Amino acid sequence: MLIKVNGEHREFEAPLNVLALTEQLQLNPRQVAIERNCEIVPRSLYHEVMLDDGDAIEIVHFIGGG
Amino acid sequence: MDLFVLAGKAYHSRLLVGTGRYRDMEQTKAVVEASGAEIVTVAIRRLNPAFIAGSGIGSNQTPPSGGDNKQSLQDIIDPSDYTYLPNSAGCYTAEEAVRTLRLAREMGNWTLVKLEVIGDKQTLYPDVGETLKAAEILIKEGFKVMAYTTDDLIVAKKLEKLGCAAVMPLASPIGSGLGILNPLNIRLIAENLSIPVLVDAGIGTASDACMAMELGCAGVLLNSALADAQDPVLMASAMKAAVIAGRQAYMAGRMAKRQTAVASSPQMAMIE
Repeated sequence: MLIKVNGEHREFEAPLNVLALTEQLQLNPRQVAIERNCEIVPRSLYHEVMLDDGDAIEIVHFIGGG
Repeated sequence: MDLFVLAGKAYHSRLLVGTGRYRDMEQTKAVVEASGAEIVTVAIRRLNPAFIAGSGIGSNQTPPSGGDNKQSLQDIIDPSDYTYLPNSAGCYTAEEAVRTLRLAREMGNWTLVKLEVIGDKQTLYPDVGETLKAAEILIKEGFKVMAYTTDDLIVAKKLEKLGCAAVMPLASPIGSGLGILNPLNIRLIAENLSIPVLVDAGIGTASDACMAMELGCAGVLLNSALADAQDPVLMASAMKAAVIAGRQAYMAGRMAKRQTAVASSPQMAMIE
């Protein structure tokens, strides 16, 4: 299935939940926040929320700023 | 003990620093340590897709400075040692700011945020209408909002009335280093609000930070004054001293200004 991750289309194998996505992308789940189709996915639900073909995922993190 | 109480928590330092635009992570850490700050403001941005593992593009690129996904800010500045103050810098609408700060809360479960809604790309002046709108939404959702705003007493009072944790008027435009352009307004805001008032943006050097504190501000937030100094770590140390000096001078109560001289040494028993 095709998922848009931070604006870039990428191919993933279904089924895939948010936790598995963070593992595949080698992200530290404690250092990111994730939106699925403009809605925040609470970290406690990463293992439950399944991704669908065409989903738009935004992954943010903290960077230096003033 | 003169503690800085913000959103129910007491701090020793009244200097808050930004973590942006330093040479590298090592300098960021050194600056924060030298400043003595206990609260650091941070930005929220997309992870660069080019540097996410398994990306088709960019696998042979070098990450840009500050955008290195491998070494995160949290690895360098430990959120268990510092209070993170996520900001909505770069947002131009209440909606964008609220979305950004909700993500920040999800990331760290911190509710203290710096609300900043910009109205104009050239001056980076805050859009106070959007700021008020966003503050109202965030406060209803349980956020503790430190609102960046213009040096306008009426707007500051409205932000206080909405329930902001602090109001942060600008000294001068963000990154300008012009210092406090309207000391009267800063003093008026500091005097008339019962929540902490911090000067945020425009501080250029130590005397500016000192003046903000002498005017009665509860604290100072700065970034460019450090990042753009020739020696950011030494400037961080200067800012720390300036904020302490300004606070002590404010607490001590300055002497009244006189139009004539008053000798400090006795005027009698002079040699003849």
